[in-house]
Amino acid sequence: MTDAIAVSGLVKTFGATRALDGLDLTVGTGEVHGFLGPNGAGKTTTIRVLLGLLRADAGRVRLLGGDPWSEAVRLHRRLAYVPGDVSLWPNLTGGEAVDLLGDLRGGLDGARRAELLERFRLDPAKRCRTYSKGNRQKVALVAAFASDVELFILDEPTSGLDPLMEAAFQETVREVSARGATVLLSSHIFSEVEALCSRVSIIRDGVTVESGTLARLRHLTRTSVTVEAAGPITGLAGLPGVHDLLEEGTRARFDVDSERLPEVLRHLAGFEVRSLTSRPPTLEELFMRHYGDAVMEEASR
Amino acid sequence: MSDASGPMSAYAGTGRLVRLALRRDRVRLPVWIAGAVVLAAAGAAAVAGEFPDEAGRVAALRGVGGNPAVLVMRGTPVGTDLGALVNFRNLLSLLVLAALMSTFAMVRHTRQNEETGRAEMIGAGSVGRHAGLTAALVVVAGADVLLGAALTAALLGAGMPLDGSLAFGAACAATGLAFAGVAAVAAQLFQSSRAANAAAATAVGVDFLVRGVGDALGERAADGIRVTGAWPSWSSPIGWGTHVRPFGEEAWWVLALPVALLAACTAAAFALVDRRDFGAGLIPDRPGPASGSRALLSPLGLAWRLNRGATLGWVIGCGLAGAGIGTLGPAVDEAAIGNTGVADLLDQLAGGGGATLVDTLYAAMMNVFGVLAAGFVVQALLRLRSEEAGGHAEAVLATAVGRVRWVLAHLVCTAGGAAALLVAAGAGMGLTDAAAGGDTGVGPLVGAGLAQLPAALALAGFVVLVYGVLPRLAVPLAWAGLVVSIAFGLLGDVFGLPRAVRDLSPFSHVPALPAAEMTAGPLVALAAVATALAVAGLASFRRRDLSP
Repeated sequence: MTDAIAVSGLVKTFGATRALDGLDLTVGTGEVHGFLGPNGAGKTTTIRVLLGLLRADAGRVRLLGGDPWSEAVRLHRRLAYVPGDVSLWPNLTGGEAVDLLGDLRGGLDGARRAELLERFRLDPAKRCRTYSKGNRQKVALVAAFASDVELFILDEPTSGLDPLMEAAFQETVREVSARGATVLLSSHIFSEVEALCSRVSIIRDGVTVESGTLARLRHLTRTSVTVEAAGPITGLAGLPGVHDLLEEGTRARFDVDSERLPEVLRHLAGFEVRSLTSRPPTLEELFMRHYGDAVMEEASR
Repeated sequence: MSDASGPMSAYAGTGRLVRLALRRDRVRLPVWIAGAVVLAAAGAAAVAGEFPDEAGRVAALRGVGGNPAVLVMRGTPVGTDLGALVNFRNLLSLLVLAALMSTFAMVRHTRQNEETGRAEMIGAGSVGRHAGLTAALVVVAGADVLLGAALTAALLGAGMPLDGSLAFGAACAATGLAFAGVAAVAAQLFQSSRAANAAAATAVGVDFLVRGVGDALGERAADGIRVTGAWPSWSSPIGWGTHVRPFGEEAWWVLALPVALLAACTAAAFALVDRRDFGAGLIPDRPGPASGSRALLSPLGLAWRLNRGATLGWVIGCGLAGAGIGTLGPAVDEAAIGNTGVADLLDQLAGGGGATLVDTLYAAMMNVFGVLAAGFVVQALLRLRSEEAGGHAEAVLATAVGRVRWVLAHLVCTAGGAAALLVAAGAGMGLTDAAAGGDTGVGPLVGAGLAQLPAALALAGFVVLVYGVLPRLAVPLAWAGLVVSIAFGLLGDVFGLPRAVRDLSPFSHVPALPAAEMTAGPLVALAAVATALAVAGLASFRRRDLSP
């Protein structure tokens, strides 16, 4: 089976700005893929190229086996899109907007539409101009998820939703994933990505810096260890791969490169260990590791 | 700046908002004012060059003064000296320009801020409830006064007398002020800046027509040159501007009328500010249908839904205006009976076809409706750009709707609306003409209306072209295209432009129905130009990025 999305070496410039600078992104069919990066990294630009709204300057872009620029209309029948900044026609009602977007895509499942309106607690009789940001997002989400399509492209779809609605969103993504649909989820909410995504891609300044399963990404990075022994633990600072060591009497906390973990454990075996916890890094820590230095650079400027 | 209490707190922050508005308009308003000055200076230079002696001016004015069609388009002659001729050539277009400048600026700094949410951010600061409207009034009134002063200076610079130059500038400034008031009220009544702009601009157009009716029925002085507009022109702020009669016997007191209108409108606008919620219009939102009807669910259905209100407004407005003009027919004919010279002259103007005076008037009015149709077309098609900039186009084009289909839906809607508007104008004119005992007939007048359609469509093609090629500049370029078409086509003789330049305007090629013979050739050519421009624009739109 071909990948749902296959992008390699994608370049997109706006005047002098190089928004995408050789970006790679592969999303396998049936997978829920997290798409992460700080503001301005190029996530939305990538998605707009995938939708044929922007034209790639260089690189190879395949979407559902086709060319998103020249075959846009044909491909769009098979996908649904939720933009990050949902802008609706002020004088249409939410229900009209749902039906319009669904119909232009090729039709909606009426029962599914009713179920989703209920689940997201959206009043479809209100004019779009009276909706809050979260309610506008619900309109786009209902229009998208009520369509029986193969691919969902979601650009920060939950940034305006409350926690209850966030749970409804996750439930809905799991449902479409269970029936075999592919989801590309751009998000800043790490817990959401960790809960839903099997693979993630992290981009920065228009380039992919990490891509893979969450498990593999974690393995590539560090594990946080907290250890307490009967007496002071010595010699940790000299071990290769140990970082950010904090010693408080008989307790020690540090991060260790995951491939060095066995040596560290052998060293700790020489002490009378009372307790030991180790925790894989959270996605947020992974993310901050990639961007932390950029933040520092900004700060030192 | 005052404390947060006391009556002055409603105006807190006005100064800052004035500076913000000036910063936003630092290019736009100077361009309007400079454009007006160039128009006035060019008019003065052209008059001095073409009619250096009194005899020539008298002959020219005698030739045109009795023609109601000319009076509609040009206003009333007030005398025979150089300044009076500048008045006759340029005052009316400058009054309209001042009115439109004020209208758009007023809406831009009030309802548009509110609609886009900028005013919400500002209102959360230490800014009083009246500050936004006050700042807008200060900026627009300042621009109007500056416009008047610049016009006076330009005319003085061209060697015109002081009294007339002052009255000329003051008339333009005062008309601008009157429409600043009208727009201030419109901005309170309508929830979208588009609707507020449309309402206020329609007021300018209707006002122009009402004044035209008054001037066409105007009373000629014994010298056969000076004309005083009849009562309808006294009900129109643009008419007040002409009644100031710069370079004639200046009637300074008339300037009090537009200022009084501004005061009344300002009071009304502030009262409305106090009575409505932020972001709301006067009509509260009611729940609508919970699902989309079949008619909505297509690109064409959506385009119609978006343009429905404005289109119906234009069609009804033009139908009523046409009906109003049709009632004039018999009166104009009676006026002509006592003046055989006028009839001969009109016959010449209409190409010797033996047209009646009333048909010449109708032909001139149809020209105005042609311009209105073109204005409608530009406004309706620029919806493409606002849909793109507002992110709505992205939502639609991310569905299985191709770009060409999306643009064509808007084009079909616009062309249909323009045709309906022209048919309504012609039918209105024909029906009331027949009811008043005229014999022009509904059929010929509807045909005369539809003959204007290809020119409007040529502008539609131009809008699609600029939209496809230069989306970010589409709005100013499209309106500039309309203004240039009017200037070259309808006012080309005002500027003494050569034929070749005037032929660039689509309006130059429309046969003057029902006064002249129908000629299909130019209309077919206009339609072909419209198609070619639209095809080029579509080809470019298909290749470019969507640019929010």
